Amino acid sequence: MADFVQLCIAGVSIGAIYAMAAIGFVLLWQTSNTINFAQGEFVVLPAFAMVLFFVILKFPFVAAMLATVIVSTLLLGVGVKELLVTRLLKMGVLPLVIATIGLSLLIRYSLQQFWTPLALPFPAIFSREPIFLGTIVVSLEEIGNILFAAVVIALLQLFITRTKLGWAMQAVAQNRALASVLGINVARLVTITFVLNAALTAMAAILIAPVYLVKYDIGVGLGLKAFYAAIIGGFNQIRGALLGGLLVGVVETLSAAYISSHFRDAFALIILIAVLLLKPEGIWGVKEEWA
Amino acid sequence: MARARWPLLAALALCLLLPLVLDQYKLYVLSLTLVYVILAIGLNLTLGYAGQISLCHAAFMALGSYAVAILGQHRVPFEVGLVLGVALAFTWGLVLGFPALKVKHHYLAMVTLGFNIIVFLVLRNWESLTGGSFGISNVARPVWGPVSFKSDRAFYFYILGWTAVVVASAYWILHSRWGRAFRAIRENEMRAEVVGVSLRNYKLMAFAIGAAYAGTGGALFAPLLGYIDPGAYTLDRSIQFLMMVVLGGLGRFEGPFIGALVVTILPEVLRGSEGLYLIIYALAVIIMMLFMPKGLVGLWDLAWRFSRSRSSPSTSSASLR
Repeated sequence: MADFVQLCIAGVSIGAIYAMAAIGFVLLWQTSNTINFAQGEFVVLPAFAMVLFFVILKFPFVAAMLATVIVSTLLLGVGVKELLVTRLLKMGVLPLVIATIGLSLLIRYSLQQFWTPLALPFPAIFSREPIFLGTIVVSLEEIGNILFAAVVIALLQLFITRTKLGWAMQAVAQNRALASVLGINVARLVTITFVLNAALTAMAAILIAPVYLVKYDIGVGLGLKAFYAAIIGGFNQIRGALLGGLLVGVVETLSAAYISSHFRDAFALIILIAVLLLKPEGIWGVKEEWA
Repeated sequence: MARARWPLLAALALCLLLPLVLDQYKLYVLSLTLVYVILAIGLNLTLGYAGQISLCHAAFMALGSYAVAILGQHRVPFEVGLVLGVALAFTWGLVLGFPALKVKHHYLAMVTLGFNIIVFLVLRNWESLTGGSFGISNVARPVWGPVSFKSDRAFYFYILGWTAVVVASAYWILHSRWGRAFRAIRENEMRAEVVGVSLRNYKLMAFAIGAAYAGTGGALFAPLLGYIDPGAYTLDRSIQFLMMVVLGGLGRFEGPFIGALVVTILPEVLRGSEGLYLIIYALAVIIMMLFMPKGLVGLWDLAWRFSRSRSSPSTSSASLR
């Protein structure tokens, strides 16, 4: 039983990171109909930036973190929006899907080719000392990750529900044309969403860097987990992406421990397929209108 | 489409004559190009004509490859394996097509993407059947009694024969009622349904036929290499096929030929640096999406118009709208 609780905590800790990527993914879909197939690389690029600032240039931790977020929001937020999305948004969903697939390959193999094909180690942010809670052993890293992600997600939620910009985002997500008629600058909001997403993935990158090693191809798995999370939980709801992320994290940790680590990716997939067949809008999602 | 005929005939003549002068390696590259043409035609049908995104083309291909390879170990004739593999791919295409009826682009992308990963995991872990990550070696090439296709040149012509069958059948499908229905669905599902296109049947078929072509390509791919392992059928492979079709030109008959040619020749030119090749490839796809959504065929169109406008200015004004 203690094992089970420990594994669940470990699962929630990794799932919280997936959830951050998944929430960004969902935000992009809602306000700009972008299915970002490069979401995994949106985490990897800031992770490399973090290595650059923190490990190589030896910035203090907070400064390195800020620099990483700034680089990420400029390149992956404003840059991608202005260069790719603005032009492709008018052409429907498919061209953007293909362009983001191209973007993911571009980022992945540029890092491999021009930086390193090797895995870069990254020092732990939180101590890995075990903490004993009765019979349960957890590490500070797991608790730290969960708390960090919780704060980020709570702040985001406050921004969306309590500020004018947040309300405008909700309006655009509900009905783009109507929001535009009501005087909301949709293009600017799309930019803001991209910036928010890039900030979220940068935070996820900072948490994931010590857990995995930083390598050019870890984005493939991360991107997939974010997709799974978003679809399982609900493609059009932040709470859905949160739930989905945690679920994917816990399921994959438990199945790797109890069933088979060979198929650790398969169990999340099985849930995914079950959700698609039974409740395609996701566990906690809302039915979308036929667009 | 009449203008597609001459280049097609020219390409066929080249395909017949070239192998007589090529060395063994170049012959292999040309054979591989033909296999890719078959696969790309399948994906172009699903994605380009019917507008259904598929990210599991490599998985359908794997069904063809493994059917041929596994049955070949038990001395079953190659064609039997091929037909079985194609039937298997077709059936799975139907099964995966079902969610496509209910859901929109992004979900379909996920379902197919998930299918590719599951197939990869099964191939890697079902060791008794697939040989696991070691794969299967010495995949047999077809033999018809005294006629053997074991030599590279003979097998090239064998592939060419199947390519001709695939091209002809795709041409026929696209010029029948079916092709028009596929395009109607791509342009506007609701409108297509209103004017009486049975969405369900055609969407399923667009998926299943595309999958069947992938199975055919896969069945020919295995004996061409002689050795298969799960690494050849990853999600990345599927994405490569997607880019191949996009590069060539979505929903254009000539597209798969151009796409397959570029995709096999580019890595040969940039030998030794796969990373660089993929970077160029990815950049090309992004630029293509931004500025030339019609793919390389778009360039071809421009050249064609240019040549026509010089010879007969009266018709060109009409074609330029």
